[in-house]
Amino acid sequence: MHMKTTILSLPEEEFVHPGTRACSGCGLGIAYRIALKALGKNTILVVPPSCLTVLQGLYPVAATMLPCLNVTFASTAAASTGMVAALKALNKPDIKVVAWAGDGGTADIGLQALSGAAERGDNFLFICYDNEGYMNTGVQRSGTTPQWAITANTPIKGKMQQKKDVPAIMAAHHLSYVATCSASYPLDLYDKVKKAVTLPGLKYIHIQIPCPPGWGFEARYAVKLGKLAVETGLFELYEVEQDVQRLTGASGKIADKRSLVPVAEFFKAQSRFRLMNSSQIEKIQEQINKKWAGAFEIAGDTDEP
Amino acid sequence: MGTRQYGHKTSHSEPGPGDGGRTGSWRVARPILDANACIPAKRGTAACFICWLYCPDGVITRTIPPGIDYEYCKGCGICAEECPTKAITMVEESCFILTEERKR
Amino acid sequence: MHIIESGNVAAAQGVKLSRAQVIAAYPITPQTPLTEKLSEFIESGEMDAQYVPVESEHSALAVCIAASSTGARAFTATSANGLLYMHEQIHWAAGARLPLVMCVVNRGVGAPWTIWNDHQDSISQRDTGWIQIYVNDHQQIIDGVIKAFMLAEEVMIPVMLCYDGYLLSHTYMPFEVPGQEQVDAFLPPYKPAYALDPAHPANLNTVTLPEVRVDAKGRTAHGYMEIRYLLQEDMQGAIKVMSRVEERFKEHFGRGGNPHYETYRCEDARFIAVSMGSLSYHLREVIDSLRDDGIKAGIMSIHLYRPFPAQVIAQGLEGAEGVVVFEKALSYGYEGALCSDVKAALYTFNGSRKKRPFVHNYILGLGGREIKTTDLYEAFKDTCLNNGKADVGLKWIGLKI
Repeated sequence: MHMKTTILSLPEEEFVHPGTRACSGCGLGIAYRIALKALGKNTILVVPPSCLTVLQGLYPVAATMLPCLNVTFASTAAASTGMVAALKALNKPDIKVVAWAGDGGTADIGLQALSGAAERGDNFLFICYDNEGYMNTGVQRSGTTPQWAITANTPIKGKMQQKKDVPAIMAAHHLSYVATCSASYPLDLYDKVKKAVTLPGLKYIHIQIPCPPGWGFEARYAVKLGKLAVETGLFELYEVEQDVQRLTGASGKIADKRSLVPVAEFFKAQSRFRLMNSSQIEKIQEQINKKWAGAFEIAGDTDEP
Repeated sequence: MGTRQYGHKTSHSEPGPGDGGRTGSWRVARPILDANACIPAKRGTAACFICWLYCPDGVITRTIPPGIDYEYCKGCGICAEECPTKAITMVEESCFILTEERKR
Repeated sequence: MHIIESGNVAAAQGVKLSRAQVIAAYPITPQTPLTEKLSEFIESGEMDAQYVPVESEHSALAVCIAASSTGARAFTATSANGLLYMHEQIHWAAGARLPLVMCVVNRGVGAPWTIWNDHQDSISQRDTGWIQIYVNDHQQIIDGVIKAFMLAEEVMIPVMLCYDGYLLSHTYMPFEVPGQEQVDAFLPPYKPAYALDPAHPANLNTVTLPEVRVDAKGRTAHGYMEIRYLLQEDMQGAIKVMSRVEERFKEHFGRGGNPHYETYRCEDARFIAVSMGSLSYHLREVIDSLRDDGIKAGIMSIHLYRPFPAQVIAQGLEGAEGVVVFEKALSYGYEGALCSDVKAALYTFNGSRKKRPFVHNYILGLGGREIKTTDLYEAFKDTCLNNGKADVGLKWIGLKI
């Protein structure tokens, strides 16, 4: 059993300069900052158009202290593949290649290339930071926007379709590692990133990112919102290794304690769900209860978060 | 005097702070830390540092007590919200503008 | 070593000899034998490269762009709709100033589907900032690939080497395959000024504001417009660089001439046909027949299409009374792109109206429509005899409407 990282054992070195153009209270700011600590200097990043493009800085100033390649929207995974191939050809196989794409660049326009790279087993880590919409372009709906969310282009009825389950799609590629994380649980994220880069082939990490302007809540509650998503059982923290799935951190604790915070609390805290009615919320509560019934029978892995 | 002599012919950015300018100017309220309520400050040893962990902009230092870089702090309030002892409070920025103007 | 092989194999040999390090491959007719041959070279150990079987052409160029940005020599090949699918990336590679080499095995574009030869695919990419070269036979294909890498890496601009699908890709011709040591002496390893490196971190090709801006060290950096200006400037400079590459190639391999265009019987020609690709050699028969009929005709076969060497082309045509541009593509809504470019060159560089030749335009061979020598002969003769007095405007050869 590996040692879980604590706040005090996290490396102090920062890899992002302050003064970025990210929104005040941006969940990606937390996730990115902590994950880069897990990756360290010997890393090259690949980034498509997304909030991260802006966070990383406009030419000619870069906020990230690591080398980074900006690429076209659909090509994040393919570019990462090309980078890995070049490093192999140049005999530099221990430089890590890490892609950071938003939900649009992963699940919508980026899915083809991602699936291709997964099938080929190209050796890099693909991180999807999921703020559940095309936030950089003004909060339009994406494949991972949850049902009933009001967005800029689902302004009256809300999104009619369900959230696309991208981690499940990636797990179906039988990768060496698939994991879900949250910006609100950065130590869990740190450990998963650290583990992922030691494994072969394509690794996939999906991070839920609370987004104050996109989801409609005050910036100071960003961490609380992310925790609520997990405590209600709506979003699970898990790992899939060798096709075996196991809950981690706070989600493991839920399985142990067999208690879920009512999901209505999560929806009521965000203005994007303001048009949800009680029967819609009840239906989702039922789905969550059903999903967790099995996990409540089998205790999860519950080391201290 | 044009840019002809500039080193790279491509969009090639080098690392540095403040791409977004002095983002401290975005603030409506600023976090103020009370060392008397702050766990590492009271114990005189490394402890807690939850504010440092959760700062999206990395403007809080992992020191005893933690320090805040007001040049870049955007005033999101996450540190105040997450501090387990409520040692950080968000104070209206307007209180400080007058003081800073007087200093000039 | 002299061999008899297909045009696709000639290209593959050129890529192998150039020691490309990363090859992205997505199959599309009539390119497939090229990348298949490369996979054979790599799997057998004959060639040391990373072969990436991508899941689309857009990804093929993404692989090459990233590989090149990381410091490796990268290659891919495609045709028609595959080329169109990577169009966004084509612009990207040029703006990123990456010395990629791509073979375009010319094929017509859909809709409707066609798998046969014409030039619409590459012609439609002429504005992207890639160097575009059209070759006429298998020797030019293999030599062209090797020269393309040198040219690309010299000017840091990607190069598209175009040759006719089926007519060149699948036909067999004898050609000389240079030795590896010979090529190594000509083409050094790829050493870019900058490649992504944790020791020297940089963020490449991020959002660039309209105005110039100060960097982290206080220096005023280029703006978007300056970056694009430099691409244009270096493209125009590539015309001369191409000549230097050609001279160097001639020193090493004993073969070479004018890299911008190739002429046949133009010295005293009154009427000059202009074309690109294998059609140029097909037209030689027509020229010979016309000469037998007492008409002084010749051909200018253009190799370098972008950057367009306008001045030298205008000079090459200035003695003629008439120029007839035969094209396998057009800019819909107007006329053949090559024809427009030739006219513009003559307008810019050929003094008074009296001295400028008339320019006629024939579109032919679209979607692989068979080009009959007799049809070419009749069309060209008709233009010559009427001395350009026939009505101007696009004419079509081989149309059965």
